Amino acid sequence: MIHHDPLYKDTPLILSVSGVDKSFDGFKAINDLNFYLEEGELRTVIGPNGAGKSTFMDILTGRTKPDCGSVVFHDSDGHDYNLAKLREFEINRLGIGRKFQTPSIYKSHTVYDNLVLSLDRPRGAFQSLIYRESPDDREIIHDVLKTIRLSDRKQDLAGSLSHGQKQWLEIGMLLAQNPRILLIDEPAAGMSDEESERTGELLLSLEKKHSLIVIEHDMEFIRQIARKVTVLHQGHVLKDGAFDKVKSDPEVIEVYLGRQGEKSATT
Amino acid sequence: MEAWRIVSYSFKKPRRLTGINWMYLSDNKKEIGLFLMIGVLLMLIPGMNAWGPDSGVFAVSSFQVSLWGKYLTYAVLAMSLNLLWGYTGLLCLCQSLFFALGGYMMGMHLMLMIGERGAYQNVLPDFMVFLGYTELPTHWVPFYSFWFSSVAVLCVPGLVALVFGFLAFRSRIKGVYFSILTQALTYAACLLFFRNDFTFGGNNGFTDFKDVLGLDLNLASTQRILFILSVLLLLLAYVITSGLLATKFGKIQQAIRDSENRVSFSGYSTTSFKLIIFTLSAMIAGAAGALYVPQVGIINPSEMTPAKSLDVVVWVAVGGRGTKWGPVIGAIVVNLLKSFATRAYPDSWFIILGMLFVIVVLFLPDGIVGLYHKIRSKFPQKASLKAITA
Ligand SMILES: Nc1ncnc2c1ncn2[C@@H]1O[C@H](COP(=O)(O)OP(=O)(O)OP(=O)(O)O)[C@@H](O)[C@H]1O
Ligand SMILES: [Mg+2]
Repeated sequence: MIHHDPLYKDTPLILSVSGVDKSFDGFKAINDLNFYLEEGELRTVIGPNGAGKSTFMDILTGRTKPDCGSVVFHDSDGHDYNLAKLREFEINRLGIGRKFQTPSIYKSHTVYDNLVLSLDRPRGAFQSLIYRESPDDREIIHDVLKTIRLSDRKQDLAGSLSHGQKQWLEIGMLLAQNPRILLIDEPAAGMSDEESERTGELLLSLEKKHSLIVIEHDMEFIRQIARKVTVLHQGHVLKDGAFDKVKSDPEVIEVYLGRQGEKSATT
Repeated sequence: MEAWRIVSYSFKKPRRLTGINWMYLSDNKKEIGLFLMIGVLLMLIPGMNAWGPDSGVFAVSSFQVSLWGKYLTYAVLAMSLNLLWGYTGLLCLCQSLFFALGGYMMGMHLMLMIGERGAYQNVLPDFMVFLGYTELPTHWVPFYSFWFSSVAVLCVPGLVALVFGFLAFRSRIKGVYFSILTQALTYAACLLFFRNDFTFGGNNGFTDFKDVLGLDLNLASTQRILFILSVLLLLLAYVITSGLLATKFGKIQQAIRDSENRVSFSGYSTTSFKLIIFTLSAMIAGAAGALYVPQVGIINPSEMTPAKSLDVVVWVAVGGRGTKWGPVIGAIVVNLLKSFATRAYPDSWFIILGMLFVIVVLFLPDGIVGLYHKIRSKFPQKASLKAITA
């Protein structure tokens, strides 16, 4: 049995991470990390550079194996999966999608094809050989294209998109997978204010239907989307709670927000 | 110019994914036209040899038939590397090994077909007599059968690729580490084949072939048949490559090249995709090697040195990496240049080759095919002809 955080005794959890450590050549990137995510929750994770935020996502997605501790995904049918034992593509097939910190899209494919390849369809080698696009698939893709506002660029090569559009495309690729959990690493990086606001709206609209973990640095953006915020510091959860409470916490201000935080705390 | 641009030429017109479709060429009239044209043009070589004049500009000697036949097998070899390097982003440096393995498998059959017509007039191949063998090693026996040998031509390189690829991809060996490791494999195999006690003829390899399926290899007609088979293999390799690229499998291949992480985080096991492509590519290279050996008349371990694998990389780079016809053009152009330069400037071939490579890397990242498209795009009024998906 997994032990639930007492805070969440009555709500269904989708993800429980407890007691996870990860060292790289003696450097402790993740240190006794405990993290619980509710079904349908939108969680923002913040922390200074090198706090271990991306490494945390690496662990959730099977890219990095934890040294110890447990990482459990609670499927809706009551099954629990130990993510530390699964490979990346298996974890993805469970319904955990990830957007990388640096946009990673297929630059020599069209925007449309980027989405086709992301659809949640049989993904074996042979099945890919005989795959035919169905009207359903096309409809899903067009919906996603509309959501990410790239309908008029669908036949352009993804490599020709602007940085912000690439970020959107990658989010769209996640949506096409229809995942249960979306892990989103710095979605607003490199976006204009307007683009980043729209991104925030998009993420908010996904809440409830999906569970989300969003890593972000941009305070304006966090203010827009923040529900519950978790502060990571040196691979450990320093604080979590409502954004307003966290941002005025002296310890958090000290390690992370610095002067920027003080400013926003006083406004 | 970035690699992705070149691909844009092939996907001007949106094409729906319809699953594997061997007749897919018929969807694209221009492509099938070009395809047939190349086939017909190539058939002119044996045609002129058989029925053309004996002298003058239109004369095609038997030497030229087998020379061009050799170039065609090189072109197929280049296509097999392009499948890996151009379309999947795996710079594999053991393509010459697969090619030579295919060649050795066919060579074993050809050696046994010499029978007692060798220098020692013994049923055993000459080198075995010379080394004091009294009976044929067991693993040689099945190679009396042409069909067994033909299957081995595909399966032995395929199996080597399957096992090696499984170990390498599962351990997540990528990028330059993959290249180094494949080069090490080639080198190790090469050293092994140089040994006399490995039963493959040591550094002399196999030669002095007499006939295959009862056809005398010294006859012009046999060389013409081999040439035609090489053309067919080239066209088959082309159909396989383009057929694959038109499916979702092929798109995933290119996606792995662009962002392998994204592919595995979209639920695909990149290991199995890479393994399949690696094995397929090794089999294509093996088939090319099997046609190379009877046309050239010799196979020895110098065919599988790491330097030979690097040659293939140069052909693909010069012709245009990640383009359908680039490797074919590159293999033929570089080899024509080589046969010219080794006669005109015998000592400077490697300098010329090195300079060619540097020029291509610095100024023509998409090789000759990229240059062609660049020149084309300078004349927009002709853009309606844009045509060939080279
Ligand atoms: N594969 C790895 N090998 C060695 N060290 C690593 C590896 N991955 C991460 N690290 C180290 O772990 C620490 C945490 O890195 P991580 O990328 O998780 O930080 P982050 O919180 O995402 O920072 P940022 O805000 O800059 O993205 C860093 O010091 C990094 O150098
Ligand atoms: Mg990070």
